[in-house]
Amino acid sequence: MEIVKRMSKIKHKIAVMSGKGGVGKSTIAVNLAVALSKKGYRTGILDIDIHGPNVPRMLKIGKKDLIISAEGIVPVKVGNLKVISVQLLLPEENSPIIWRGPRKTAAIRQFLVDVSWGDLDILVIDCPPGTGDEHLTILQSIPFFDGIIMVTTPHEVSLDDVEKSINMAKHLKIKVLGIVENMSGFVCPECKTEIPIFGSGGGNKIASKTNIPLLGNVPIDIASKELEDVLLIENGESETSKRLLKIVNKIENIVLKREE
Amino acid sequence: MADIPKDAPEHCPGTDSGSAGKASACQGCPNQTICSSAKPQGPDPAIGEIKNRLASVKHKIIVLSGKGGVGKSTFTAHLAHGLAADESKQIGVLDVDICGPSIPRILGLEGEQVHQSSSGWSPVYVTDNLAVMSVGFLLSGPDDAVIWRGPKKNGMIKQFLRDVDWGEIDYLVIDTPPGTSDEHISTTQYLSQTNVDGAVLLTTPQEVALQDVRKEITFCRKVNLPIIGVVENMSGFVCPKCTTESVIFPPTTGGGEKMAADSNIPFLGKLPLDPRIGKCCDEGKNYFEEVQESPATLAFKSIIDKIKDYCMKRREQIETDTGEENR
Repeated sequence: MEIVKRMSKIKHKIAVMSGKGGVGKSTIAVNLAVALSKKGYRTGILDIDIHGPNVPRMLKIGKKDLIISAEGIVPVKVGNLKVISVQLLLPEENSPIIWRGPRKTAAIRQFLVDVSWGDLDILVIDCPPGTGDEHLTILQSIPFFDGIIMVTTPHEVSLDDVEKSINMAKHLKIKVLGIVENMSGFVCPECKTEIPIFGSGGGNKIASKTNIPLLGNVPIDIASKELEDVLLIENGESETSKRLLKIVNKIENIVLKREE
Repeated sequence: MADIPKDAPEHCPGTDSGSAGKASACQGCPNQTICSSAKPQGPDPAIGEIKNRLASVKHKIIVLSGKGGVGKSTFTAHLAHGLAADESKQIGVLDVDICGPSIPRILGLEGEQVHQSSSGWSPVYVTDNLAVMSVGFLLSGPDDAVIWRGPKKNGMIKQFLRDVDWGEIDYLVIDTPPGTSDEHISTTQYLSQTNVDGAVLLTTPQEVALQDVRKEITFCRKVNLPIIGVVENMSGFVCPKCTTESVIFPPTTGGGEKMAADSNIPFLGKLPLDPRIGKCCDEGKNYFEEVQESPATLAFKSIIDKIKDYCMKRREQIETDTGEENR
C-alpha cells in the first residue's frame, strides 16, 4: 500500500533495461532524465543497480548524506532533477554490496516505500543487467508501469541477452516501448571513416524480430568523453547529441504527451 | 559470543541464536535450512561433494568484474582457447552467468545440449581438449529467459559445480556475471575447499568501470579469493584505414594500471579494441585462429602466459608448503 501511495504521485514510470551489461543503460537513462527535466518535466531518476550504481558519478554527485524528512528520504537534486541511488547510502565509495537476492528485494522495496519523490511527471528507473531479483521486484511492485526502454549494442552477443529481457517483459505483461541501439559506430576523428567497432544492424534486427520500434541509433562520441562528460545531450553540435535528442523526443511523445 | 559461520551474511544472528534461520538476515544464506531445523547438522554437505568432484581439476580461475560489458565472457573464452592451444592440456569453461549466458555463442556451441550419464553431466566439447558447461545449453532457445530469483540461481550453480563430470583437467575457467551477488557468493562459497588459484579482474579504462571493479576487489578480499591480476580491455583503438589511435574509453583517472597499483595487485596487461574480436564472438570463432598476428593477439598471449606462470608458481608453493608440513 505504501508503495502504491508513493507511486500515485508519479504520473509516469519507465525503466531503462538490457539483459546485457555495459551497453549504456545508465548513460541513456541519465541523458534521458536530464533532457526531460530541462524540458520542464518534474523528473526523477532511481538507480537500482545495487552492485554497480553509476548514476551519481555520471551526474557528478560526490559524497552526500541523504536527508530524512518527515516525508521520508529526500532525493538529491541536480538542477531540477531528483536523484536516488544506493551509491548515496554507501559509507565509502568502494564498498561493495555483497547481498543475495532476498536482501536486494527488501532494499528496493524499502526505496520504493521510503523515498519522498513528491509529485513527479516521470520517474526513470536505471536497472542493472540481467533478468533477476532487481527487475522482478521493480516490475512487480510498481503499479501502472508505462513501460521499458531496452538498450542494446549492435553485437549479436548483446541481442541474445536483450531478447531474454524482452521475453521477461512479455512474461510479466509489461510493455517494451522501444529499443535504443547504443555504440552504433565510431567516426575516426582523423580520416572520418565510420567504423562499426561493435558490429552493425543489431538494433534493426531485434526491432523487426520482436516487432518493437527502434527509437534510434547512438554513435560513440569521444569528444564528450575526453571532457569526462557523459552528458552527451549537452554537446548540441555532435551527431550523438542530435540522435539522443531525437530519441528523447520520441519517448516524450510516447509516454508524456499521449492522451491519459 | 554467537557462532557465525564464515559463509553467513551480514547481521547473522548466530547459529546458536533463537532466531537462527528465521531472522530477515538469514534469507538466502546457504545454512538457513540447517539453522531453522531443530537439529543443526553443520555446513552445506555440497561443499564437501564439490571438493571431491573438483579434486581432478588442477587449476581453477574465476573471471570477475564489478562492471558489465567489459569483456569477461570474451576474455574467458579466449583464455580457454589460448590454454587449449597446448593440446596436451585439458581445459574446462564453466559459465555461471545464469541470466545472460554468452559463452555458448562465443565458443560456437549454440543449440548444443547437455547429456547426463551415471558419472554426472557431460560438458559440451568445442575441441577435443576444451569442454564447456553453461545454463545456455539447458534452454530451449537463445532468447529463452531465465527469470530466477537468487535461491534458484544458487541451486543451479551448486549443481554445475557438483554434478558436471569434467574428468582430469588442467584448467577450469569460470565466467561470471557482473556484480557481487548470489552467483559470486555461491561460487566462492561452494569452491571454498577446492583451492581456487585466483581471480582475474576485467575492466575498461574509464572511471565508471573502475568504480565498480574496485568494489569487486574488496569482495575478493572479503571472501579470501586471491587475485591473479587486472586486465584492462578495450584500451585504445587503431583506425584500420589511417592507423590513427583513438581512445574510446578515456582513462581519465589512470585506467586499470593505476587502479591495480593503488590496490596493490598485479596488472596483467592491456587489450586493445579490435572489431574483429567482437565479430569472432558473434560468430563463435576463435580470434587467435582467425587473426593470427595483431596487437590484440600479442597482448592476449602475453596475459595468458602471465596467468599460466602464476598458476604454476602457486602450485609449486603449495607443494613446497605441503612437503614441509609432512616432514
